[in-house]
Amino acid sequence: MSRAEAPTPTASGAVPLASLGPGACGLVESVDSSTPVGRRLADLGFLPRTQVRVLRRAPLGDPIEYELRGYRLCMRRAEAARVLVVPVDPRTPPSP
Amino acid sequence: MSEASLGPGLLRLGLIGSPNSGKTTIFNALTGLRAKVGNYPGVTVERREGELEIDGRRVRVIDLPGTYSLTPISPDEAVVGRVIAGELGPAPDALLLVADACTLDRSLLMIAQVLRRGVPTCLVLTMTDELHARGGVLDLACLERALGIPVRGVVGHRGLGLAALRPLLAHPESWSRPHLLPPEPAEERAGWAASVLASALTRRPGPSRSSEAIDRVVLHPLAGTLLFGTVMVVFFQLIFAWAVPAMNAIDAGVGWAGGFVHAALPPGLLADFLADALIAGVGSVIVFLPQIVLLFTLLCLLEDVGYMARAAFLIDRVMGRIGLEGRSFVSLLSSYACAVPGIMATRTIPSPRHRLLTILVAPLMTCSARLPVYALLIAAFVPPVAVAGPLRLQGLVLLGLYLLGALSALAVAAVFGRTLMRGESLPFYMELPPYRWPTAKLVVTQVWGSARAFLRRAGTVILTVSIVLWCLLTFPRTPAPPGATAAEARRHSLEHSLAGRTGRALEPWLAPLGFDWKIGVGLLASLAAREVIVATLAQIYAATDDETSLRDALRRDADPRTGRRIYTPATVASLLVFFVFALQCMSTIAVMKRETNSWRWPAFAFGYLLALAYAASFATHRLVTALGGGP
Repeated sequence: MSRAEAPTPTASGAVPLASLGPGACGLVESVDSSTPVGRRLADLGFLPRTQVRVLRRAPLGDPIEYELRGYRLCMRRAEAARVLVVPVDPRTPPSP
Repeated sequence: MSEASLGPGLLRLGLIGSPNSGKTTIFNALTGLRAKVGNYPGVTVERREGELEIDGRRVRVIDLPGTYSLTPISPDEAVVGRVIAGELGPAPDALLLVADACTLDRSLLMIAQVLRRGVPTCLVLTMTDELHARGGVLDLACLERALGIPVRGVVGHRGLGLAALRPLLAHPESWSRPHLLPPEPAEERAGWAASVLASALTRRPGPSRSSEAIDRVVLHPLAGTLLFGTVMVVFFQLIFAWAVPAMNAIDAGVGWAGGFVHAALPPGLLADFLADALIAGVGSVIVFLPQIVLLFTLLCLLEDVGYMARAAFLIDRVMGRIGLEGRSFVSLLSSYACAVPGIMATRTIPSPRHRLLTILVAPLMTCSARLPVYALLIAAFVPPVAVAGPLRLQGLVLLGLYLLGALSALAVAAVFGRTLMRGESLPFYMELPPYRWPTAKLVVTQVWGSARAFLRRAGTVILTVSIVLWCLLTFPRTPAPPGATAAEARRHSLEHSLAGRTGRALEPWLAPLGFDWKIGVGLLASLAAREVIVATLAQIYAATDDETSLRDALRRDADPRTGRRIYTPATVASLLVFFVFALQCMSTIAVMKRETNSWRWPAFAFGYLLALAYAASFATHRLVTALGGGP
């Protein structure tokens, strides 16, 4: 599994969730599940093929609000950088 | 199965669910106001239990801390798993799993983990009304079949569905069990969750349109920030202004009760003890009650509506810079009124590290108990001259003291976060639940619980310390010289009491700060509560309760040997700075002990704040002396 943290796409075109702007959508490709934080993100629903929508950034840029699995959650960039997503067209209906 | 075979034994029911799932509402609806609150050993998690009787069987409901997963990432979170495993007292006989019907998609990930524990489990789905309102259709019978356990839908705040739930709770041995346990790895759990959802959720709920509309304003960069500022100013103002009449009434009541004791009993030790130690000691506790009740009511309302999560979202970046998080802000703001409710409000912070940091710096926020001390010293020694336009020097000094406290709190948090409490924080994540109407019943229950816990736990410590302090200020008793007035006799006895002697003994330590033994006695007495120094100084100066005369007495006081004034500008500045930093409040210490579940952190807070106060006062005294304000 790639541990890339910079917004350079991996072979599959995946980028860190933190690099997506408001309004964008992504399908989770992987979460670094070797760390406790990564496992917690998985338990919060960041699992492969889950669709995540970026709702907004806080006025000072951090944290960022996301919608996934029918609920809304905010987290800091540092945490969002651990989730790799493949950007998708925001108009596609959610299909976890 | 016959009733007799169930046995008369107590049935333990663990209540488990994620934050915002409506778990607390279910707990309160089942157990009413009879919850017992305690602590688990070694962690700061609160232990709540309540009992009820169903079909003649006693059921004890154990409210487990809200969690999103059974895989813990902190000792506090591990409590849930350890309680289920029976490592912290007897294991629960069955589990009541509470989940928000609208977030079933995510909740199934934890439901899978709970089912794997092999304990009889019943799923309670809350917010089923909201699910329907958002166009979702959920087939509970299908969900029961897919999970293999009983499932009940409720609308907790309206009590719907609870009547059908109760009889089920008494007979967990008859609950169906899953034939096949869900898989363990997170990715396989996701597949399992998707298949369960596909069979039971006929139609997904749409987004909450009203919440989205509200958030477009509340989280708007400009409008949201303005609203945030307004809410915080109003919040702060209400705690300050609304609590004052009730606090004055309590103060007056305590004064009346003390006066009554003095009038009804012959003068002597018994009357003094009852009035000055017992009644005044109890009074010093209950005087905080109006602020606690008001603050918790406001906090509860903002939390239940869903605004608190938004406020934390908006301010998190600022708090993150100094090693805290968004939810710390609310607690620190509350500490402006009083650190006691402020520290109690840290319970909403999930990360133990962030929570402890917030608790340690909360006493630096300028609480209302410092105001009488600042008011006395500023009125006595700062000239009421205008500085620029309507700005007066007295007001500017007061503002400076408030700012010094707040900036110190932020600086100390930043330093401790980088040194003493290094290491990885829990990740910051926070659910933004849909806006919901608060329910009076839930607010009342929570406020009542907090007030009761404060009175009971803090009350015992504070009463003990009050009695000890009274003894120090009273014994040994020395007869007053003949012909002395009552006020002179009080001063004489105070001067020769243990506290008076300690004040004298401390003088070599106090001299570098510019304090004499009288201020030393005042500082000792103010360990109970900061404002007590005003009353103690009044006693020492044998002044009446009229504040003007105390002010004059302070201004006139001079060293009998040298004839120099005691209260030089350097000493006054040094004393003000001492009060900015020192932790002279046993209510705060008692609450720190209660919230951190050990004496270690209150002792540390007291120590570091005393060191800080001493160093800052010393530096201030030197500085002002160098500028020509010395003796």
